[in-house]
Amino acid sequence: MKRIKRSVYSQVTASILVNSIYAMMNYPVLLINTLLAPLSLLAVVTFASHGRLLPVAAEGALIMNMVQSGTSLQGDLSHLKNDMRLQDMIVSSPTPAMIYIFGMAISEIVYSIPTLTLLIILNLLFVKTTIIGGMVIFFDMATIFTFSISLGFLLSTFSSDIIQSWAFSGILSPILTTLPPVYYPISYIPYPYRYLSYLSPTTYAAEIAQNSTGFANLGVENYAISWLILIGITVLLTYLALRRSRWREV
Amino acid sequence: MEIIAKSLTKIYDGKYKALDTVDLDINLNGIFSIIGKNGAGKTTLIRILSTQLMPTSGTAILNGHDILREAGKVREEIAAVPQEARAVPWLTPIQTVTSYLMWRGYTFSKAKQMGLDALRSMGLENLENQKNRKLSGGQKRKLMVATVIASEASIIFLDEPTTGLDYISRKELWEILRKLKKDRLIILTTHYLEEAEVLGDLITILDKGKIMDSGTIGDLRSKIKYPFVLKVYSPQFDIEMKNGRISRVSDNEFFIYGSESEIYSLVQDMINRKVRFTVEEVSLSNIFENLVGGGEED
Ligand SMILES: Nc1ncnc2c1ncn2[C@@H]1O[C@H](COP(=O)(O)OP(=O)(O)OP(=O)(O)O)[C@@H](O)[C@H]1O
Ligand SMILES: [Mg+2]
Repeated sequence: MKRIKRSVYSQVTASILVNSIYAMMNYPVLLINTLLAPLSLLAVVTFASHGRLLPVAAEGALIMNMVQSGTSLQGDLSHLKNDMRLQDMIVSSPTPAMIYIFGMAISEIVYSIPTLTLLIILNLLFVKTTIIGGMVIFFDMATIFTFSISLGFLLSTFSSDIIQSWAFSGILSPILTTLPPVYYPISYIPYPYRYLSYLSPTTYAAEIAQNSTGFANLGVENYAISWLILIGITVLLTYLALRRSRWREV
Repeated sequence: MEIIAKSLTKIYDGKYKALDTVDLDINLNGIFSIIGKNGAGKTTLIRILSTQLMPTSGTAILNGHDILREAGKVREEIAAVPQEARAVPWLTPIQTVTSYLMWRGYTFSKAKQMGLDALRSMGLENLENQKNRKLSGGQKRKLMVATVIASEASIIFLDEPTTGLDYISRKELWEILRKLKKDRLIILTTHYLEEAEVLGDLITILDKGKIMDSGTIGDLRSKIKYPFVLKVYSPQFDIEMKNGRISRVSDNEFFIYGSESEIYSLVQDMINRKVRFTVEEVSLSNIFENLVGGGEED
């Protein structure tokens, strides 16, 4: 038996090449695709608030971008799995599920580099925060990214058809980004509806970001609770994604 | 290379039995062909052996590793092209093969080199930079096969690799598989019985989830009642057979199936009648019809 030394770097790069670099080179319109949704909502909120909510919306757009990574991951994985049977080929090979998915997740980031660049510039220009605040926002975004990637992977393994995964995306995007107080402060929502918004993990991520930019004042206790819940949900979902998702079909 | 399957059973959705206590004991460097009608369970069997699908019960051992308990070790040694695998349309053939090999852990440059060799061996070298979506159906199939044969896998699963290939391409693929099989086990399903007969060092006939028979083409022949066929080209014909089977193929063609001695005993008769005839060993398609019957389900 030939034994080869397998490079994890190559394995991850393969996912990035196939799912983002080559795809973008082939269909440049994909670049605009990821840009459009976060930026148009940002524009709407900014204009409607006469510019006052631009810093909040800039954070919101970052969150939406992270959530979009998860929903696109879900669609891409489902397409490659159901229409190309690529995932079956990967399953019947030495590529571990984790590495394939990790590469695919990174490829979604690569996809959104234009959007991220623009949003980071907007954040640097219009959002006032400290260095610590900046770091908090970074970890906040990384957490919500992990959350949505896990959710995307979990859903993709259960979808048997691309139409179904479009439906998943269509549902996830509004309930995770448009509706909850991601682009606007939670104080704008009257009670009892405010309680509902706490059903979405993006609300906690937004609160944490808004707390760092002075648009929310959570207090130590609520701040800690927000982090706990956000991290809790993320860990739970990642666990579920790893345990429950169907790599080998039943 | 070795595959042992122990009572593999697959029940879909709690009711449909697609595989029924399948046992296999393959110890071979060569080609193992699986034939059977649509829905016989070929794909199900391949997907279970290649760790894509859980069996409902039973298990299999590939090169000493259990598909259930040591899937990781099994996967180190296998590669598969699913029946419905499609080339990713936005890639080129060379990108397709290279990325697959990179997923298997080869560096970019090594993968590209191996990929070019594989494409060349499949006669796709002039198309390596063409977009996959511009390839013909057969070229896409060849590309999928090139992808896995480029790898180091010692057990390769090909589910209907030649469906949609023209006759020449099919024969080219046979040549490639013959070269590859020296140090590998290739599990192949096909609906072309000629292909199974020419390629298959071992052949298994699957029907309704059960193995009807397995062995070399010689083994299969020796087990059937009528291993010889006398083909008579004459419009009229009357003959008594003690134990044999006569079937009229067309207005002036009769096939008589029987044992070797019985068939040769009829030869003198044919000469006397001055009719044109041939004597042949039955082909796999005759054996297949014999075992699984006509296409009442197709
Ligand atoms: N995912 C599934 N869910 C339910 N039933 C299935 C599933 N896959 C296959 N079957 C059933 O199991 C049986 C065996 O299917 P399988 O795909 O293994 O047949 P096959 O021999 O490969 O046929 P073909 O020559 O048409 O490819 C069929 O009757 C099919 O309807
Ligand atoms: Mg099949």
